[in-house]
Amino acid sequence: MSHNDRVLVEVRNLKKYFPIQRGIILQRQVGSVKAVDDVSFNIIKGETLGLVGETGCGKTTVGRTILRLYEPTSGSIIFDGVDLASLEDKELRRMRRRMQMIFQDPYASLNPRMTVGSIIASPLEVHHFASGKKKRERVQELLQMVGLNPEFVNRYPHEFSGGQRQRIGIARALALNPDLIICDEPISSLDVSIQAQIVNLLEELQEQLGLTYLFIAHDLSMVRHISDRMAVMYLGKIVELADRDEIYLQPLHPYTQALMSAVPLPDPDASKRRERIILEGDIPSPANPPPGCNFHTRCRYAEEICISEDPEFREIKAGHFVACHFAERFQIQ
Amino acid sequence: MQALLEIKNLKTRFHTDEGVVKAVNGVSYALQPGEILGVVGESGCGKSVHALSVMRLIPTPPGEIAEGEIIFEGRDLLTLSKDGMRQIRGRDIAMVFQDPMTSLNPVYTVGFQIIEALTLHLGLDHNQARKRAAELLSMVGIPQAEKRLDDYPHQFSGGMRQRAMIAMALSCAPKLLIADEPTTALDVTIQAQIVDLVKSLQKEFGMAVMWITHDLGVVAELAQMINVMYAGYIVERGNVREIYYQTRHPYTIGLLGSLPRLDEAPGARLYSIPGLPPDLITLPDGCPFAARCPYKVEQCTTDMPPLQPADSPNHLVACWRWKDILEERAQ
Repeated sequence: MSHNDRVLVEVRNLKKYFPIQRGIILQRQVGSVKAVDDVSFNIIKGETLGLVGETGCGKTTVGRTILRLYEPTSGSIIFDGVDLASLEDKELRRMRRRMQMIFQDPYASLNPRMTVGSIIASPLEVHHFASGKKKRERVQELLQMVGLNPEFVNRYPHEFSGGQRQRIGIARALALNPDLIICDEPISSLDVSIQAQIVNLLEELQEQLGLTYLFIAHDLSMVRHISDRMAVMYLGKIVELADRDEIYLQPLHPYTQALMSAVPLPDPDASKRRERIILEGDIPSPANPPPGCNFHTRCRYAEEICISEDPEFREIKAGHFVACHFAERFQIQ
Repeated sequence: MQALLEIKNLKTRFHTDEGVVKAVNGVSYALQPGEILGVVGESGCGKSVHALSVMRLIPTPPGEIAEGEIIFEGRDLLTLSKDGMRQIRGRDIAMVFQDPMTSLNPVYTVGFQIIEALTLHLGLDHNQARKRAAELLSMVGIPQAEKRLDDYPHQFSGGMRQRAMIAMALSCAPKLLIADEPTTALDVTIQAQIVDLVKSLQKEFGMAVMWITHDLGVVAELAQMINVMYAGYIVERGNVREIYYQTRHPYTIGLLGSLPRLDEAPGARLYSIPGLPPDLITLPDGCPFAARCPYKVEQCTTDMPPLQPADSPNHLVACWRWKDILEERAQ
């Protein structure tokens, strides 16, 4: 991890706890939801890092905390050598130009009362990036880049389909020439045939513009397709991080193994051949995570040590990180 | 063998201010007892509306079953009275909906809602019904079932609610279970639990299952037969191997191509079907897929191809050019 010039984002021991409060007038904190609980990883320039996990595992909170849409409880986020936590509001806003977000719901993330043109132009205005004729040209150029007709500038979001709206969201994110785009489930609300269109568009734009993506999703096969490396989250922690093929061919964390085996395959023979690991029960509450390894309540390999000791997130071989006491055992298999 | 369910030329429409939405446009097929059928398609293809038509749950107006017959065990459901239909719904044909959050009533306990069906359809007294309800909940894998009967839906997790819905659907041992995107709102590991559960219950009870989904992955391992729907038509129908390995309709080919594969080369792009599905109010003449089809010819834009046998008598495809496409793709 010494090649600092290649690292765009460095996340160190990031924690984000949301308080649970009781009382109406005299509020007091009675506990906290550990949405993100001590997470460390790097995002390398020009790569796509996939972040997968199930509902409530904290993947969206990680994305939002990186942009400081949420204030981290502790830990640091270093963006291109600068610690974001140390920045004043004004400097932070300037830094935000370089990181943008694409949201999950293309219906809720576009203001229905604004035209497409003004939606895409608003980041340009907020950051005094362009105005007048230059602004209009930039908007048209952006529309063209995402495969929409530049003549659509005066239309409203309701005139577009889900896939087209997601393209508008992408155009808005590209407006300021960012380095990093956090894609938070950008395709999960779209139909299958439209998902492929958007994923291809994101890949083309990455090639053209040298973008770096943090791609957050729960659809493992799509994340594997688009990512260079993948991180798997469970209950606020990253349990495994590796190259996309490595993690598919040799998942070392029992949770990753179960997750991979549960992915539906569009291939009847292959899905009959493989061994399914069915996890019992539900995800425990992040307000009260189990002691030790937080996966031990559902893990079929759990032993004494898993209940008492939290496994360290360690590099078991070059570029392959895993948080499991028995990772070596799975490696031999 | 007599088919359990036979749908003949079903047409369902919705009358709206903008015009008539042609949601289902002449669907015909038969479902055998004990068969698992996957109905696959994207939003607006008519897969849910056709299932709701079978249950006679189409709100009228604005909806209307304009044409067709739905023969269930020799009787046409469309000619039954409201009471007659109520006898069948829930007892012979049960349905599980997509959203387990909204399909349970939040002001009644889970137990009450299961017991209601048991007393109504099977005539059990309260104690018998309660005992049976606890058995059903534990059968679908809910621990401490007896105690959880008194819980309200909000005390259940999403996966547990969907299990409770399945328990309720199975309570009267239906001959046909219609599952409308039952796992779409759930995480993959929970989805795997539900799929396994339905498979084992289907084996145990021998019921037929109609599994409606947009996910070609789930039905690949679950279904025996598959209907692929587009714009209110069945465009391809066959057994699971025919659909996945001898794909004939260009829409099915495109759908399968747009999914990432495990053995793909690094840097490979997905195939994406250009354009959007057609507007169901102003359906084009001819094949509804023609506008997005890379193989279309003049005829496709004027005449709708009939659903007819391709390679084998049970593998049906609605495409004028499936043979040419097969040759073209082989090259």
